[in-house]
Amino acid sequence: MTRPKGGMTGRAWKFGDNVDTDAIIPGKYLVLNSSQDLAKHAFENVRPNFAHQVINGDIVVAGENFGCGSSREHAPLALRDNVSIVIARSFARIFFRNAINIGLPVIECDTTEIEDGDILHVDLENGSIYDETRKKEYAITPFPPFIKNIIEAGGLVEYVKSGTQLKKREPRETETDLPW
Amino acid sequence: MRERGITEARLPYAPLFAMKYFYTFFACYESGLRVVFCIRGKSRMGQTISEKIFSKSVGRTVKAGDFVEAAIDVAMIHDITGPLAVKTLYEITDRVWDPTKVIMLFDHQVPADSIDAAVNHLELRKFAKRQGILNYDVQEGVCHQVMVEKGHVLPGELIIGADSHTCTYGALGAFATGVGSTDMGVALASGKLWFKVPETLAFDINGNLGRRVYAKDLILTIVGDIGINGATYQACEFRGDTVKHMDIADRMTVCNMAIEMGGKTGIIAPDETTATFLEERALDGDFALHSDDDATKVVRRYAATEMVPMVAKPHQVDNVVPVTDVEGQHIDQVFIGSCTNGRYEDLKAAAELLEGEKVARGVRMIIIPASRTEYQRALKTGLMDIFTDSGALVEAPCCGPCMGGSFGLLGPGEVGLSTSNRNFVGRQGSPEASVYLCSPATAAASAIDGVITDPRSD
Repeated sequence: MTRPKGGMTGRAWKFGDNVDTDAIIPGKYLVLNSSQDLAKHAFENVRPNFAHQVINGDIVVAGENFGCGSSREHAPLALRDNVSIVIARSFARIFFRNAINIGLPVIECDTTEIEDGDILHVDLENGSIYDETRKKEYAITPFPPFIKNIIEAGGLVEYVKSGTQLKKREPRETETDLPW
Repeated sequence: MRERGITEARLPYAPLFAMKYFYTFFACYESGLRVVFCIRGKSRMGQTISEKIFSKSVGRTVKAGDFVEAAIDVAMIHDITGPLAVKTLYEITDRVWDPTKVIMLFDHQVPADSIDAAVNHLELRKFAKRQGILNYDVQEGVCHQVMVEKGHVLPGELIIGADSHTCTYGALGAFATGVGSTDMGVALASGKLWFKVPETLAFDINGNLGRRVYAKDLILTIVGDIGINGATYQACEFRGDTVKHMDIADRMTVCNMAIEMGGKTGIIAPDETTATFLEERALDGDFALHSDDDATKVVRRYAATEMVPMVAKPHQVDNVVPVTDVEGQHIDQVFIGSCTNGRYEDLKAAAELLEGEKVARGVRMIIIPASRTEYQRALKTGLMDIFTDSGALVEAPCCGPCMGGSFGLLGPGEVGLSTSNRNFVGRQGSPEASVYLCSPATAAASAIDGVITDPRSD
C-alpha cells in the first residue's frame, strides 16, 4: 500500500473530543486481525452508518485526545483502508504511535470550524488543509521527511524493510501460513 | 563539557537505523513539540524514579525530555494484541530477541468464546512453543495480576506490555507502559524500543481513607480532578503516607488507572511492603529506588481524609461524582473483577457487605477473581460461599465483561455497575447501554439494593 505523495481530497467525517478506541473499534471485534475485516466495524457504536457510507479517501476530523484508551492497534487498522488521514486537535499517545507505525497519516490542526461533510484538500507536502466547502485554509506543520517516507512506505515495518539492505531471514515454511 | 540530550543511534542492527529519526519524531510529538533538542549541562540535579530507571536501562544519566533507545527487561503479550505483534516480528525476523524475557498469556477471550479466538490461541501457543517462551495459556488469569504475583515484575525494571493497563506494574516500582502491536513486534525482534523519558507528575496523598473509602475511590477522585488527558505522556508517581500504608493490591488499583488520565505509567517507590511482597516470592530488587527531593516534577496534593466513595458516570472515566450524587440509579448488572479490582482484597471488601444478603431481584451479579491464586484464596477463606449464597455468578479468572468482547455483555438500554476501568460507549456490550465505575464495596452494596448505593449507609 502506498500513499499519494502530494495532496488528498476527501469528505470530512466530524467527531468530537476524546474519541476512544472502543468507539473506533468495539472490543468484540478484536479477534479480527485484518484491516479489511476491521474496517467493516469502524465507529460501529457511535456512527453506525460510517462503515457503509465511507468512501475511499474520506477524512476523519476530530477534537482533542483522539484515540484515547486501549493500546489496540486494531483501531488505526480499522481506519487505514478507507480513511486517507485523521486530523485532530490532539491525539492520545499510544494511538498516535500506532497510526504512524501502520502507515495511517495523522496530523494536528485546529478543527473547530470544519463541519461534517465538508470537502477537504490536504497537502502534506506544503503543509496545508483547504476546506473547499467553507473556503478556509489552515496551515499545518508538514511531516518531517523521514515520517513522510514511513507513511508512503505503508508503515514502520515496510519502511525498515524497504529502506535498507536488511537481510531478512526467510521464515520457515510452517511460519508463512499463519492465519495472521 | 556540555552534552546533547539527544542520543546517538546504537541500534541493534543497521536496518533499524531509520528508526532513530522515526522515534525522535514521536518523542517530539509526545513532548508537545515544545523541545526538540534538549541542550543541558552536567548538573547535580536529582532524578525521579522514572529517570533513574531509564538511566539504568540506557547505561548513562538521562533526564526527562531526553530521547533514548532503552533495553527492555520484560515484554508481555496476550491473546488480543499478541497475534499482530507476532505478525510484525515475523516480518522483520524469525526469532524473539530473548525468549526468557517474553511472557505470554491468554485472558481477554478465555476460554475461547469463538472460532476466531480459538485460532488466535492456537497460533500463539505454537509461537510460544517454537520460540521457547513461557506461556501461561488460559490457566492463570488476567495478565497484569499474573505478571505481578508470579514475580515477573521487579522494582527498577523497564517493562512493556501490549496492553494499555501495563502501567499497573508500577505498584512494585517498575517503569511499565503499554505499547501497540507494531512497537511490540519491533521490540520482540530487537529487545529495544525508543522512548522520550517522561516528565513526572507527582500525586502527594496524605491522611487516612475513611470507612468504606478505598484505593479505587482515591484514583477516581484524581482522574476526575485532572481529566482524561490531564497526564498525557507523563509518569504519574503516587506518594505520601496514604500510599505508604497501602498494600500491593491497592497500589495496583491506583497505578492501573494512570492510563485513564493519559499517563505513560503509574509508579510508586518500592518500600518495606514491596520487599515483603517480593520476599514471599523469593525475589530481590532495588528497594532503595526513590525520586530525589530536588528532582524536577510537578506535585499535586490530595487529602485522603476528605475523600468519599466515588462513581464515574457514563461515558467517560473522568465523569466522576460522589456516590451520593447518583444514589438510587437503577442497575441491571454488577461486575466485580478485572485488573483494576479483581484481587482477594477487593473480593473481601465486597464479601463483607454481601454476607447474609441476597443480590436484588432483577439484578445480575458477576464476580471474577483476577487470577487462579486469588480465586483459591477466596475459595479457602469462604468468600465463594458468601458470593454463591447471595446469588452472584462466579466465573473463572479472565477479563470477563470488562472489555465487552466476551461474555456478560449489557443489552440496549441496560445499566451496568462495574469495578473495572473504562465506561466508554459500548465498552461492556450494547452501545445503547451505560456503565458506571466504582469500588468493590460500592458495587456490592448496590447489588443488594438493586440501585446505586453508598456503601457507608448500612
